[in-house]
Amino acid sequence: MQKKLFTIIAFTENRIGLLNRITIIFTRRHINIESLTTSECEVEGVHRFTITTRTTKERAVKVVQQIDKLVEVIKASLHEEEETVYQELALYKVDARQIAENGLFTAFLNTIKKYDAHIQTATDDYIIIEKVGRRVEVFMLLDALKEYHVLEFAKSGRVAMTRSANDLDQYLRDVEARVAEEAHEVGV
Amino acid sequence: MSTQAPHTAYKMKTPPRTMTGAEAVVASLLEEGVDTIFGYPGGAIMPVYDAFYDYQDRLRHILVRHEQGAVHAAQGYARVSNRVGVCIATSGPGATNLITGIADAQIDSTPLVCITGQVGSHLLGTDAFQETDVIGISMPVTKWNYQITKAEEIPAAFAKAFYIARSGRPGPVLLDITKDAQFKTLDFSYEPCIGIRSYAPYPKSRPDDVIAAAALINSAKKPYILAGHGILLSQAQEEFAAFVEKTGIPVASTLLGLSALPGDHPLYVGYLGMHGNYAPNVKTNEADVIIAVGMRFDDRVTGDLARYAKQARIIHIEIDPSEINKNVKAEVAINADAKEALLALMPHVQKRSHDAWISEFKALDKIEHEKVIVKDFTLPENSIKMANVVERISRKTKGEAIIVTDVGQHQMVTSRYYAYRGQDNNVTSGGLGTMGFALPAAIGAKFARPNEEVIAIIGDGGFQMTLQELGTIFQENTGVKIVLLNNNFLGMVRQWQQLFFDRRYSSVEMKNPNFIKITEGFGLKARKIEHPSELDGAIDEMLAHDGPYFLEVVVEREENVFPMVPTGASVAEIRLE
Repeated sequence: MQKKLFTIIAFTENRIGLLNRITIIFTRRHINIESLTTSECEVEGVHRFTITTRTTKERAVKVVQQIDKLVEVIKASLHEEEETVYQELALYKVDARQIAENGLFTAFLNTIKKYDAHIQTATDDYIIIEKVGRRVEVFMLLDALKEYHVLEFAKSGRVAMTRSANDLDQYLRDVEARVAEEAHEVGV
Repeated sequence: MSTQAPHTAYKMKTPPRTMTGAEAVVASLLEEGVDTIFGYPGGAIMPVYDAFYDYQDRLRHILVRHEQGAVHAAQGYARVSNRVGVCIATSGPGATNLITGIADAQIDSTPLVCITGQVGSHLLGTDAFQETDVIGISMPVTKWNYQITKAEEIPAAFAKAFYIARSGRPGPVLLDITKDAQFKTLDFSYEPCIGIRSYAPYPKSRPDDVIAAAALINSAKKPYILAGHGILLSQAQEEFAAFVEKTGIPVASTLLGLSALPGDHPLYVGYLGMHGNYAPNVKTNEADVIIAVGMRFDDRVTGDLARYAKQARIIHIEIDPSEINKNVKAEVAINADAKEALLALMPHVQKRSHDAWISEFKALDKIEHEKVIVKDFTLPENSIKMANVVERISRKTKGEAIIVTDVGQHQMVTSRYYAYRGQDNNVTSGGLGTMGFALPAAIGAKFARPNEEVIAIIGDGGFQMTLQELGTIFQENTGVKIVLLNNNFLGMVRQWQQLFFDRRYSSVEMKNPNFIKITEGFGLKARKIEHPSELDGAIDEMLAHDGPYFLEVVVEREENVFPMVPTGASVAEIRLE
């Protein structure tokens, strides 16, 4: 089966060690994580993981099932490229002196404009540029900036949202109703 | 709303009382109904052991001889009692010595709460004396684990641990408690955990799936049921028997499913897998509908997956959604507890019988009997075969003793020839294949069901992996019966070397010690037999003996276990010789 890039989105409790529990699911199956972003989400106390991985659909489905099975994972889902809206954030530090010495400032500004990036901060020594976009766009800008001498380049992992009107808050309310119902059934 | 909701829902049970964290550990165990715990003390868990001192009348602590013994004993206890097994150890080596048993419990879905001491929280991450990252180490082999660093966390963490261990697909949980959390005080009140929002242990069967499954079952010409451990875990033996009898479908069992249906039930056709019976394996590739109940299509059951039951339409009844379609694709999956699923199916399945189909199994049984079983039972002039021992024990105990096996040839022979008829009376290390499991697991089983016969059947290799637990038997006078099938070989490895490595015997021959002296040294009544004529008398003597008994049976040195599905072969290619 052909390998593709998949995005896994998981909502979890905010617990020490959960990141490790999730990543060892990949390690154990010898699957590489391409990027991983985790932070709080719109519901207080709930964390959101966005993981990208290149593997087969079958293996990706099984990995998601294993993540979903973890006690402190609220919900995990698998998405193909077209099913999500996604972005990455990149920072580029270029050599300000070289731009000044070679009289490249206008060309440099046009490059920034062309790639829909902007200057985050500037000093006599360096300029830091910020770009939000898809991975391919982020790397196109990196290529374009090479003639200005890139001193440093850093980019985030992917953050992604599904193209559906999911409501985590409603989901959690449903889950809590279920928990209460089960508790009632077992007589506690 | 729910953004502020607690992670767990609770019910008040006891009024608060001020106590140390260590005492709260004991009080939490008592709240969960624990009365027996297996463990070994050490520096970082000493406050809890100090608290045990005051509760000896209510909480029995069994002092094992090695922490691996504690965890296997807790497994044996859990496996025969449907209760959570509890073990306790100190930090560092105490904790790491538990890992094998925890991994075993994880793969065999055994509910455990394992408690480890940890260095003081101010020392975490400093490479302090006996500090080890047991949370990190145990993460891949636990259902859940948690490090308690504050005394006031103890009751809620224990409530959650027991809930997670026993609910849904059971499994091991580890609680690591820093020493300062044991010393400090808290206002103790215990509220049992009744649910966790991120965890859905009881999926409900969907009516559409039930109807679809019933339609397949009702129209099947050659239906076949594979019975797994899930039936025992959900205590669904009665519902399962009723389902089987109504549908008239032949049943084969996985290794851990043994005893789900009595071994002498007319619809029971045998045992599946690598060393299972001939007909159950061959017929897997002829059935038109397979109903897998609470089993996970382990590679030892399926052989080559690409040639496994490709003709069959598969119904998979399974509580753990990640097992569905993991190895074998199901046409209909009922994601539910076995009991719930069987009860839901019952009104929709028709009363049928499949005599012609079942007689096909009988025809193959005849071949197995001629080619394998007769040989297994042919006693050479001066030596005993493993099958003889097992079959006689089976007969003399009416299939009702709790049989605890280790790993290897003796395990496969026992699974083939012990006619399990009891409630949960098969205890063995299935998924992990842990040599050394049986002796401590038998001790645990005996503590759980002290009035029943518990017989550990062990090979000479596995026995020497945990024989220090004879000390536990000696101290507690635990009335387990130990049957050592001694061929002075690591028999299963030797068999593989013979069959697949050109008889190049590499590190499989054992120069064994005098086991009688050893076991007598531990105060056991011990007997060694070598001749077939001694067998009946020795087994009778063992069963009649009140207290621990060790029976060493010297068996034929180079016996092979057949049938056998070699690695990479299809179940239909099972070898009879």
